[in-house]
Amino acid sequence: MRDLIRRYGAPLAGVFVVLTAFWLLVLVILPYLYLFENSFRPYLPVVDIGGPKDVYSLNNYLTFFESPIHIYVFFVTIIYSSVVTALCFAIAYPLAYYLSKVATSAVVPTLFLLLLIPLWVSEILRSFAWFIILALKGPLNYGLMGLGIIDQPVRWMSGFRSIIIGLVYTYVLFMLFPVYNAVQSLDTNQIEAAEDLGSPWWRTHWRVILPHAKPGIASGAVTVFMLSAGSILVPTLLASTTSRWFTEIIQQWMFESQDWNTGSAYAFLLMLICTVFVTLVMRVFRVRLSDIAK
Amino acid sequence: MKARSNFLFHAYMVAFLAYMLLPLIVMGGAAFNDSRFPSVYPWVGWTDRWFLDLWNDGRMWVAFRNTIGVALAVVVMSVPIGTAAAILINSVGGTARSVLYGFMIAPVLTPGAVIGISTLLFWNKFSVPAGLHLSAVGQTSYISAFVMLLVLARLQSFDRALEEAALDLGASHAQVVRRILLPHLYPAIGAGAAIAFFQSVENFNTTLFTRGTYDTLTVYVFSRVRSGITPTINALALILVTLTIIGALWYEISRRRTMRRLALRPAPA
Repeated sequence: MRDLIRRYGAPLAGVFVVLTAFWLLVLVILPYLYLFENSFRPYLPVVDIGGPKDVYSLNNYLTFFESPIHIYVFFVTIIYSSVVTALCFAIAYPLAYYLSKVATSAVVPTLFLLLLIPLWVSEILRSFAWFIILALKGPLNYGLMGLGIIDQPVRWMSGFRSIIIGLVYTYVLFMLFPVYNAVQSLDTNQIEAAEDLGSPWWRTHWRVILPHAKPGIASGAVTVFMLSAGSILVPTLLASTTSRWFTEIIQQWMFESQDWNTGSAYAFLLMLICTVFVTLVMRVFRVRLSDIAK
Repeated sequence: MKARSNFLFHAYMVAFLAYMLLPLIVMGGAAFNDSRFPSVYPWVGWTDRWFLDLWNDGRMWVAFRNTIGVALAVVVMSVPIGTAAAILINSVGGTARSVLYGFMIAPVLTPGAVIGISTLLFWNKFSVPAGLHLSAVGQTSYISAFVMLLVLARLQSFDRALEEAALDLGASHAQVVRRILLPHLYPAIGAGAAIAFFQSVENFNTTLFTRGTYDTLTVYVFSRVRSGITPTINALALILVTLTIIGALWYEISRRRTMRRLALRPAPA
């Protein structure tokens, strides 16, 4: 703090502090606290707000714990988001290794340019693309039938299949780039040294490359999990009759029931699970928050 | 052995690129197909009517204007905030730094829906109704963090001896910031502004809860897909993807030009 004033003078330091304080207090901390506070208050008509009925209670959370369907959806969301995270890692890791250690440096910039395009295309268009592809009368079914692989159209949008396909497609690049950055920073000599000393390829990966890539994997895992669990577009557009996502229930409370208090309790639960996941990943991978956010 | 595994790697890379790009091509191609349901196969016939429909859709134009407006507002708010926060955190150390950093990163690790709902509730307390202004505020809360991270990374390569030299030679603090610090940060600030703009245009989750009754492009596409879908959306998608490709190319070319210029410049002694 004193350093800041010494470097930039009191007036400018004041400007920096005010801007940062505005951001962190007015845009981040106070709204989150208010969400938390609201989740303990009952949903009341306007005249009763502040009246005798407006007392703190756990009722909104009890609504959740007394509804087996909501609990089920909550856990399904967690499980499938974890599955998506694992799948993204399985797909992205060989690519990250390829891009940083195998591909010749002449083609890498072009490959990156091609990969940047889907990254910049918005999430809604990427899920919309799969909405078309997976449709019963869509190109995938016609194509497969044309090739004679299937003779009847497959109902792709059943269960959670289409949601997982859509989430992996939409978020795999958020895994690829951090893991690539981490593998990239590993000195290739270390890999060669391991090979010269007779390490089989899988052990080189397990003992040399993966440990080095931990911060990148942690960063990718946190991002993919958070985006998947919090996704609204993919689970809505690629939904089947049997698939429900936790964000859809939050939407129901907010828009259909107009019950913002229960809605904030559910939103808080979603935030809680993401926080737990971040903490867990930081523990398991032994990385710090500043390693994750890059 | 090595050659075969390399071949497998190349094949995997090509397959992955196809997996990433083919869906976008299918989506874009369907914009020209004269069939009610957007698809490329079977091909019914070439048409440009979906583009005309899109052009004549008043709601789309309103959504388009709203999107640009919100994005500009987000840039105007998040760039100064993110830059100030980066400069601030760069001059503090120890526990204060990690605590501040944690709070700054928190919105990036929070689902957009939660940001949207908390913004909506908080401003509603002060009788500010939902609307595009709240969408801009909600988006700024996490987009500022991207700007902060970019500027902070750039600050790592800043030689603070320059600041001290300027102060010793009698420059005022304002001059130091304007003539020495900010010029060093301009590339990061520019990149931050571009990312802020694109993040805002793409945003759906936060906007959905804060927008009130206003449309942005993402919300417009979403409601069109849910209610009677026509290839008009594909026409819009194709335009957006084309703009994205132009943006990505422009970004890459300018980045390479900078790299080349840096490579040509003699190394500092």
